[in-house]
Amino acid sequence: MSMTPAVSALRGVLAGLEAERLPGNTQFFHLGAPGADGALGGPLACGALHEVFAAAAGDMAAAAGFTLALAQRASSARSAGGARPLLWVRQETVDTEAGRLAATGLHTLGIDPARLLLVRAPGAEAALRAADDAVRCSALGAVILEPWGEPKALDLTATRRLSLRAGDSGVTVLLLRPTGRPGPSAGVTRWQVRGAPSRPLAGDAPGAPSFLVELLRHRAGHAGVSWHLEWDRETCSFRDIVALPRFVVSVPGRRTAGEAATPLPFRRTG
Amino acid sequence: MRLAALSRAARAAGLEAGLTLADARARRPDLDVVAFDPAADAAFLNRVADDCDRWTPLVALDAPDGLVLDITGCAHLFGGEVAMRARLLAHLKAHGLTAFSVVANTPEAARAPARCGLGGLIPPGEEAARLAGLPVAALGLSPAIASGLSRAGLKTLGDLAQRPATPLAARFGEELLVRLRRTLGYEDARIVPRRPLPDCIVERRFAEPIAHAADIEGALALLVEDVGRMLEGRGEGGRAFEASFFRTDGAVRRLSVETARPLRDGPALARLFHERLDSLADPLDPGFGFDLVRLAVLRAEPLAAAQIGLDGRINEEEEVAALIDRLTTRLGRERVLRFVLRDTHAPTRAGALVPAIDGPASPPLAVPEEELPRPITLFEPPQPVEALAEVPDGPPLRFRWRRVTHEVVRSEGPERIAPEWWRTLTAQTVQESPRTRDYYRVENHEGRRFWLFRAGLYERGGGTPRWFLHGLFP
Repeated sequence: MSMTPAVSALRGVLAGLEAERLPGNTQFFHLGAPGADGALGGPLACGALHEVFAAAAGDMAAAAGFTLALAQRASSARSAGGARPLLWVRQETVDTEAGRLAATGLHTLGIDPARLLLVRAPGAEAALRAADDAVRCSALGAVILEPWGEPKALDLTATRRLSLRAGDSGVTVLLLRPTGRPGPSAGVTRWQVRGAPSRPLAGDAPGAPSFLVELLRHRAGHAGVSWHLEWDRETCSFRDIVALPRFVVSVPGRRTAGEAATPLPFRRTG
Repeated sequence: MRLAALSRAARAAGLEAGLTLADARARRPDLDVVAFDPAADAAFLNRVADDCDRWTPLVALDAPDGLVLDITGCAHLFGGEVAMRARLLAHLKAHGLTAFSVVANTPEAARAPARCGLGGLIPPGEEAARLAGLPVAALGLSPAIASGLSRAGLKTLGDLAQRPATPLAARFGEELLVRLRRTLGYEDARIVPRRPLPDCIVERRFAEPIAHAADIEGALALLVEDVGRMLEGRGEGGRAFEASFFRTDGAVRRLSVETARPLRDGPALARLFHERLDSLADPLDPGFGFDLVRLAVLRAEPLAAAQIGLDGRINEEEEVAALIDRLTTRLGRERVLRFVLRDTHAPTRAGALVPAIDGPASPPLAVPEEELPRPITLFEPPQPVEALAEVPDGPPLRFRWRRVTHEVVRSEGPERIAPEWWRTLTAQTVQESPRTRDYYRVENHEGRRFWLFRAGLYERGGGTPRWFLHGLFP
């Protein structure tokens, strides 16, 4: 009988852990592209940490665009109609390497520049601290944290803290890594983005922003899948691009055989 | 080299300012000389003026070695004018300063006798009688006028006051008469304080100076409460606050905090000051302790009591504003920014960053519907690239940027953007952007999109136009 208190204490701990993992009031967002959403195996959690890596140094702009698009999706899922402010914490070094963020470019992506708050942090620690503060503010739509390189401060503990706070407040945290390799982190998803050839407009002009996105890690679903996505600024959602001249794109996994036009040689499920 | 200033001992030994150093050395071989440093003197005067803020918020410099304090409405706090003057002199003496002080109705009436080494209190209405005997030099006029007056045989203020005004003004200028009238109390003028007068001030004096961080924050918390009550009574909130810490040895440290919207909430304000104290590069050095802590509201704006909506909407805006305040306090106002769009075609001017603390942007300008895509990041300044085009004024075929060659597969352009000639062209802008730019939006074989431009036109001459990379598209 002396075990009972210990057991009940353990039960309490377990309940706490589960509550942490499965919060009851979590909101979710979709990418907006039916193919990719189907393959994801469910929507993405708003109050969580998502990581976005640039595949190469030249893909910094693509990664930034994709992150901003995700932030927009997450933010609009949280606030019906009303536009919540987005906060972008950027380490100063990024400005010299990848160029400064431009208000006109945000507008081109369909995001009102007036909604974006920009914090230019002098170092990675300051950036992390600012993001920590911002995540607790549930009035924000999303927080983008963009450190340069592989800062020591950004370890498992720091990402875990960010993701716990995101879970509490419901604010989406997007960790944008223009450089640096994936390390241990508490992120729910991890994306790798590279620029992809766009669908040309009339006159062979470059078209809408398009990304070749690979899902490296997904805690609640399939990983190792990649898609070719295009951002539509009018509807603020992603679109699948299936017909690709040069890139092989994995086929959405959750589809019945009858739906597929042609029998497929293999199915990737992640 | 001449002597600029003398110690009391040197003066007693018969030396005087203006004497050449060689003569002085000849008279007193044991003379100790230090190089004259007007900048250090001015800095010291400023320090003393900072310390004098403890008596009144209105302090003006009277270079090179005087201060004018407007004590209107302050004297009763220190037990009346006589007691205040005595305390002020005692305070300065404790710091090793010799001072002459005069309390009078107008700044000039107090200044003139003090400059002559007198002290005391001049009752209102008695200026003309009391100051008639002062030499004209007490007016602080230019040497030319002073020597002109003495040549005319006008030695004292009384002499001047008896003369008819018109010939004096014709001979020495209006300035002389204005000074004279103000000195003799016929006309009043206010001083121009070094620091703007705050909207409201609360302060705490400590009999025993405080030095511990906890005590300092405790004192701030009390002041913040006081100021909150004061603002609430006035229906206002503060946008800029400043805490001043007066050290017992006369040094003053100031901390300022700005907010994005009017604020009078005590705890929130206390948190901001805590943040500010935390973010100091060099900590607040209390020395032997602070004996006066003052909190001033530099800028106040109307703030009605807010009703929290059922949907919590007001709350949300408040939350974001509080976050902006906190981040700005910690990182500085140039690091927490907000975008504004401007109605211009010049890419670098079209979107600007302004401190977020300055409040929400004015209603955004209507952006034209037919709008060309713009890159998400812009390089400032644009990065030079080596580009190869098929025809001289056509789009580039390939270009080399950061040691990587990019093959262009798709392009759109040119979009010609001319410099804004109606802006005043400074030497720098002429050098940077003197030319019309032809912008091209290009995509390379890997699916990366760039914004390139060619600076200048072929037909205008001026050498071969150069190519630059200005931005990146997602």
